[in-house]
Amino acid sequence: MRFFLRRTAFYLFTAWAAITINFFLPRFLKGDPVSAYIAKNQGLISPDAAASLRTLFGLDKNQSMLEQYINYWKLLFSGDLGRSFSKGLAPVTDVIASALPWTIGLVGIATILSFVIGTMLGAYAGWRRGSKADALIPITTFFSTVPYFWLGLIAIALLATGLGWFPASHAYDKGSTPEFSLDFIGQVINHGTLPALTIVISSLGGWVLGMRNMMVTVMDEDYVTVAQAKGLSPRKVLINYAARNAVLPQLSSFALSLGFIVGGTLVMELVFSYPGVGKLLLDATNAKDYPLMQGLFLIITLTILVANILADVAYAILDPRTRQSEA
Amino acid sequence: MTQPETAVIAAVDTAPRPPRKQNFATKFGQAFSMFRNGKSIAGLCILGFFVLVAIFGDLLAPYGPLDKDFTALRQGPSATHWLGTTHMGEDVLSQLIYGTRGVLVVGFAAGIIATLIAVIIGVTAGYIGGWKSEGLSAVTNVFLVIPALPLMIIVASQYENPSLLLIAGVLALTGWAWGSRVLRAQTMSLRNRDFVQAARANGEPLYRIIAVEMLPNLIAIIASSFVGTVTAAVLGLTTLAFIGVIPITNLNWGTILFWAQQNGAFPDFWWWYVPAGLCIALLGMALSLINFGIDEYVNPRLRSAGERAREMRKKGIKVSSSVTAVRTAPPSGSDPGSGGASAPKHASPAADADAVTPVTPPAPASPDDTTAR
Repeated sequence: MRFFLRRTAFYLFTAWAAITINFFLPRFLKGDPVSAYIAKNQGLISPDAAASLRTLFGLDKNQSMLEQYINYWKLLFSGDLGRSFSKGLAPVTDVIASALPWTIGLVGIATILSFVIGTMLGAYAGWRRGSKADALIPITTFFSTVPYFWLGLIAIALLATGLGWFPASHAYDKGSTPEFSLDFIGQVINHGTLPALTIVISSLGGWVLGMRNMMVTVMDEDYVTVAQAKGLSPRKVLINYAARNAVLPQLSSFALSLGFIVGGTLVMELVFSYPGVGKLLLDATNAKDYPLMQGLFLIITLTILVANILADVAYAILDPRTRQSEA
Repeated sequence: MTQPETAVIAAVDTAPRPPRKQNFATKFGQAFSMFRNGKSIAGLCILGFFVLVAIFGDLLAPYGPLDKDFTALRQGPSATHWLGTTHMGEDVLSQLIYGTRGVLVVGFAAGIIATLIAVIIGVTAGYIGGWKSEGLSAVTNVFLVIPALPLMIIVASQYENPSLLLIAGVLALTGWAWGSRVLRAQTMSLRNRDFVQAARANGEPLYRIIAVEMLPNLIAIIASSFVGTVTAAVLGLTTLAFIGVIPITNLNWGTILFWAQQNGAFPDFWWWYVPAGLCIALLGMALSLINFGIDEYVNPRLRSAGERAREMRKKGIKVSSSVTAVRTAPPSGSDPGSGGASAPKHASPAADADAVTPVTPPAPASPDDTTAR
């Protein structure tokens, strides 16, 4: 019980810190692009929207910092993240909501695939240590040190424009609208394969290496020897005894990797013009669309936090020791 | 971890104390012993090559990085331009050589700043304990959760012309947390070791305990986190440059790729974009190799795993199929040799780090073992 309380406290603290950083970021900015924008579009922005923008960016000089902070929280709880300058003054929440499913769908699937494949390869390489399987590590490491955007561009050059196997960009064919039909789903899969493939290839290395090293360490444990001495089949020992214990640290780095993956997806979405959160952030940066930038940063951070919570719960279910040792 | 012990043994063995100078030299050598293996040396050689290129870039580069040769636009590799030219007639090889400096300076500066923060926060959090430690740990975790690249883009986009140091600072700010976390865990486990307790009982001041007793045992982890941060910083810098957040006046490999992409080099003008990407990959690979070497130094099981398995296979024992080795070759006249070789191994199971217990010894031995425990 105490374990869960501690974790909850940690997540609340992290969420508070992330939101507070988000509160202070625009207040350290040089210049004042936001008030200039508001002044320029005096008639276009409703007084309500202008007021919420002033609160979000600390333009109301009559208020103390504390008042601004409290108002900022009030706005957040009412789900108001301001209006996006570059998207025709649409509410930031709506703009983000239209992009989020694409990122979570594609990157989520790619990350899980990469984790599963990498961990399995790593378990195999650890089990067959000293054999040809050791060659997996330098190969996958090479692909993980190659800059992702470069890999993506070369993949496009070879597989999309060169061989014409996959479309080079966007999430679905031009001219079609998102709908639940077999044709549209086929398009999405067709467009998503190449980005997903490049993400998996470039992120495989870490999983293979981590799992392989853990396997080599776990194989020395007495319980593996005992399992062997009992005459269990090698397969059973590999899966139920060695890999099962070796995978635990992998799970906690999986939670942490979600943060890096959101960073990686940004480049992926740029290279493949994929209509996700990362592309939105880049567009917002280029357009100096500060409300959208702030909102996106907040949403990305909170998404990672939620992913961490899920991974934490999974870890606690899988490894009873975490619950006991902390208590 | 073995350093204090070996020091004691050395002191006991040699009654006349060795001169202090030599002692310092051996200590200095010990500090670098983590690099004394094939993988680390290979990595350091590649890294050294890039460092030399960065230092002597002015002498090596055949042209200036922005010298324009309008008679040769978008030309493939030739004798005058070894790696071809850009759309403006700039020499790609020269840009690559000058770009090395930008990459390495930012990478190492970020690595040094991040490692300093990681050591200060990680070691302090590991040593003091209590709620202060929890607080520092919470701060570390916050920085682990915050997405690095979006933060970098937002911060870098606030400046019209960010300096190299600022870029390095932002990369460091988003990169120190992992090292700090690992260092905290290691310091916590060191804190209760006997030699640290002894130093504390002797009344040594805190800074001395940390600097003299603990840091030597943390060097491998610090080095590994430094190398890891440099790798991340190099990738981060080139990515930022490629996205176009970093001004193009700061020439590095990412800027070359930025220009290549902006001017439609993909997919036809391969000489423009392939070398820069390969350089980044090669540098990353070198840094990873150094880290593999350090990992094997820290965790000897990793080092012995491959060697032992290969050794066993030479003797006709199949390791991979199971932990308990089974001899695949049928017993014949040549066997006693290998049987004799495996017998002493069984005699000292503790020394056998690979836990390969030959099947040949009599079975009753192991039940006795388990009941004794």
